[in-house]
Amino acid sequence: MSTGFIFALTGAILFAAGLAGVVLIGHLLRRILAFNLMGSGAFLVLVGLAQRHDVADPVPQAMVLTGIVVAVAATALALALVRKLHALSGQLELPDDVDD
Amino acid sequence: MTSHELLPLALLASSLLPGLIIFALPETWIGVRTFLNLFAAITKLGLVALLLAGVAAGEEYGVRYAVLPGLELVLKADALGMMFITLSAILWLFTTLYAIGYLEGAPHRSRFFGFFSLCVTATMGIALAANLFTFFIFYELLTLSTFPLVVHRGTDKAMKGGTIYLAYTLIGGTALLAGIVWLHHLLGHTEFAHAGIAAALGPEYAGQLKIIFLLLIAGVGVKAAIVPLHGWLPQAMVAPAPVSALLHAVAVVKAGAFGIVRIVYEVYGVEFAQSLELLYPLALFAAVTILWGSFRALFQDDLKKRLAYSTVSQVSYIALGVALFGPIGTIGGLVHLVHQGIMKITLFFCAGNYAETLGIHKVSEMDGAGRRMPLTTLAFSIGALGMMGAPLTAGAVSKAWLSDGAAAAGMDWAIWVLWTSSLLNAAYFLPVLWRAWFRPVPPAWPEEHIARRGWRETAWLLLLPPLFTAAATLAAGTLSDSEMSPLAWAKLIAEREYVVQGAP
Amino acid sequence: MIEPLFDPLVWLILLPLAWATLTFVLGPGRGAWPAIAGLTAQCWLAFDLAQKVGSGGAANHVVGGWGAPLGIDLAVDGLSAAMLLLTQTVALPLAIYARSYFKSDDPAGTWFWPLMGFLIAGLNALFVSADLFNLYVTLELVGLAAVGLVAAGGGAQQVAAALRYLFATLVGSGAYLLGVALIYGAYGTVSVATLLPLVTNDAPRLVWIASGLMVAGLMLKTALFPFHFWLPPAHGGAPAPVSALLSALVVKASFYLILRLWLGPLQAVLPAFAWLLALLGSAAIFWGSWQAIRAVKLKRLIAYSTVAQLGYLFLIFPLLAAHGALQAGVMQIFAHGLAKAGMFAAAGVLIKATGQDTVAGLAGAVERLPVTMFAFGLAGMTLMGLPPSSGFLAKWLIIEVAQAQGHWIIVVVVLAGGLLAAVYVLRVLRQAFLLTPASATLTPVPRMLEWSAFALAAASVLLGLRGVELMQLLGAMA
Repeated sequence: MSTGFIFALTGAILFAAGLAGVVLIGHLLRRILAFNLMGSGAFLVLVGLAQRHDVADPVPQAMVLTGIVVAVAATALALALVRKLHALSGQLELPDDVDD
Repeated sequence: MTSHELLPLALLASSLLPGLIIFALPETWIGVRTFLNLFAAITKLGLVALLLAGVAAGEEYGVRYAVLPGLELVLKADALGMMFITLSAILWLFTTLYAIGYLEGAPHRSRFFGFFSLCVTATMGIALAANLFTFFIFYELLTLSTFPLVVHRGTDKAMKGGTIYLAYTLIGGTALLAGIVWLHHLLGHTEFAHAGIAAALGPEYAGQLKIIFLLLIAGVGVKAAIVPLHGWLPQAMVAPAPVSALLHAVAVVKAGAFGIVRIVYEVYGVEFAQSLELLYPLALFAAVTILWGSFRALFQDDLKKRLAYSTVSQVSYIALGVALFGPIGTIGGLVHLVHQGIMKITLFFCAGNYAETLGIHKVSEMDGAGRRMPLTTLAFSIGALGMMGAPLTAGAVSKAWLSDGAAAAGMDWAIWVLWTSSLLNAAYFLPVLWRAWFRPVPPAWPEEHIARRGWRETAWLLLLPPLFTAAATLAAGTLSDSEMSPLAWAKLIAEREYVVQGAP
Repeated sequence: MIEPLFDPLVWLILLPLAWATLTFVLGPGRGAWPAIAGLTAQCWLAFDLAQKVGSGGAANHVVGGWGAPLGIDLAVDGLSAAMLLLTQTVALPLAIYARSYFKSDDPAGTWFWPLMGFLIAGLNALFVSADLFNLYVTLELVGLAAVGLVAAGGGAQQVAAALRYLFATLVGSGAYLLGVALIYGAYGTVSVATLLPLVTNDAPRLVWIASGLMVAGLMLKTALFPFHFWLPPAHGGAPAPVSALLSALVVKASFYLILRLWLGPLQAVLPAFAWLLALLGSAAIFWGSWQAIRAVKLKRLIAYSTVAQLGYLFLIFPLLAAHGALQAGVMQIFAHGLAKAGMFAAAGVLIKATGQDTVAGLAGAVERLPVTMFAFGLAGMTLMGLPPSSGFLAKWLIIEVAQAQGHWIIVVVVLAGGLLAAVYVLRVLRQAFLLTPASATLTPVPRMLEWSAFALAAASVLLGLRGVELMQLLGAMA
């Protein structure tokens, strides 16, 4: 197995783990971490597949750079919102949604 | 745009534009509102007269407009449509006058008259529609514009009546839409034509065409109050009297009946419908409705509910006429479309008068009403006698033609149905007349709102419309041989539509 | 090819970016006028572009002169032009509405203008992107801006709703990104045009997985049942102009993407999922309508109505094989976009004026706020699919296409959906026609609020009178 393939496979596993974390975990900070894991998994897949040729393919690497920027912005937004929620309600988990 | 294209649009605009302006008027601008209402009604009558003259002479008025590629809005003024238009326009004028009188001092008149005008616009559109697509658009518009009128008073009871009304009509509309799209898919268009368009399809489509017919008739049958789709009509009586008059004589119920006429004659063609064995079941349902409506009317103490069930019964005379294969039955059904309108509106005007003047809502409260309100009760009596088919009234003319038509079609059982219905009509109208004329006046009326001044028993605007329409009932009955009578126009339509059978 | 400097494609993205930045610089709560000016210019550009595409066919623009596969291509065809048109024509009245809606000290209005600008820029860019990765970037831009709009100025409930939305949207785009990564791995390109001939029926399993991931991610962002859980709290809890933007435009963006993939690069692979999507769409219609019928709060009702109406869009997938289904879908997108924006706008007025946010609190609204209720009624007409509205045309088109292909079940679902919509719309109208209770108070609201809501609702009905040009525009597909 080529290294590229191992990277890609690891990426897929990380993605799945991260996804499970976002969906199943209640604690908001951990969910954000899980989301980052998901993102890293996807990036790893991209980078791993880029190594399948003799010369590294620059396009996926460019895509990953862009993706990292987007993920950072998203994480920042998420953290800001979690802080706001904590300040308003003292909770670090999402409350149940009720229509009263 | 030629004048031939402009006239149908002008007919619609003559009630649409004033209606939109009326919506925006402040409540207190009574004079402006009354002026707009009457201006619209009279303009409309003028336009109708123009169109009538033209159509009688064989002119063609129509306009087309593409909504989607391959789907057109088509308006045309033909003989059948003109019959409905003329009836609506004349009766609208009287209902407007009546409503102005009836709602004096009532709240939200701008809203009322705005939707009133929209309702008439929708009715005109139904009459002018030259394909099922256009028909459907105005048909549903009629539903939407009458709902606010039914719930106008804003009480819980009004809401309940309005909700039931909408439930029935929207479900009916869904069935109608399903049928129309299906037919459009099979034929590529749904444009009305003399002797119908469905015959163009080969015999392998017979099964599909039968189901489509069922869907279409069920769809229009809700508004036409055919059993078992009639449940909304008595519930809608919660509306103010002018609305009941409009719904049951001019707009909604007649639109349903008119729809049945269009579908049988101009979509399927009466010959083709007969060959598919569709007319007999229609006649059966009509007959059941005629008898059931009359039967239920016997047990209603509320005056408007009694009239509502009477309407259920009477409108199916039209359906019966349509289902009787032959030009005589056709003429009977068509002429009854007009006659029932005139007679029923008289009755509803009078019922409204009793309620507004004396607070009478029930038959049991009608004792001695004839002494206190002789003119109203005279009009009521003429209307009631017309319903029974008494000689000299319009009802007699319709019944005669329908009976002859039944005989000509070989459906003698229908004659029995008509006679039984007349007897039942007598059974539920004569007691009312007897109470009004011959029972002693009670010590106090339920709620006397309008005092008697000399021989003016109630407000002018409430009194004159029923007197006019009662006179029209007698005129239509006695002068039915003249060239200007509804009967003559019905004969004209039958002549033009009945390509195969020829003129009677 | 259009002259590059005056290419409306580019300006439709640059202009909103420009006024978004400008309004950010101007400070909190200010910036209504640059936004409205910018949107007016964008409307004009969108019409101009639609006209060009309608007569001249599809066009494209190579950003900076660097073409694919390394550069970014922008491409516009009939479908893109139509979506651009919808976005600008909905956003402009909403901007006018928002200007009067947010009072100067309202925390929700503090950063509304820059966020709206970025949202619109993202949407415009999404509709003209021609490669899968750029689509990911624009999706994220739209998603983050939308989350910001939902959270702005709100209490704990609103922030929680925004967080829920954020997680859903991030999972969705994450799945989409993984799909893009796998496709790149399989074919070495992300350009939509280049992928088109490459993906065939016997594509490797990797591509099937990738397609499934992408569609699943987009379904999550479109709130298709059963992934709709985030929509009612987010759309129901946000301020009215935000709810309108989200329901009318943002959810349509991810749907547009599914459509684009379906008709474009993944056309050999995706149709296998057609009936699954239709089934979920039907479930959305029934579940969403049922919840709307039961909803206590007005905006929650309207949000569930969005869930239901989006279900209609997914019904067209089994029908795309034949001509006419795309037209039906686009007409439904327009109908729902205009009507839902109008309805949320009307709801915003009602809530502001009566001080109550429940359906029960609407008693007497017809006499006190007639223009707004008329707007609500018109919008409701479109949602119910009653003539002469654009919703009716959409209904007609879907039924016609379904019947032509013999799929009766879709006809039944559409007709039933119309009746269910009638139930929840009439719930509101019934309440509004009741007499005003004696204890009710009425805060005066600026007239512009009522009339902008009315304009949107009226537009949804007026489109129903003339659908010919829109259909012709769609004919210009690449």
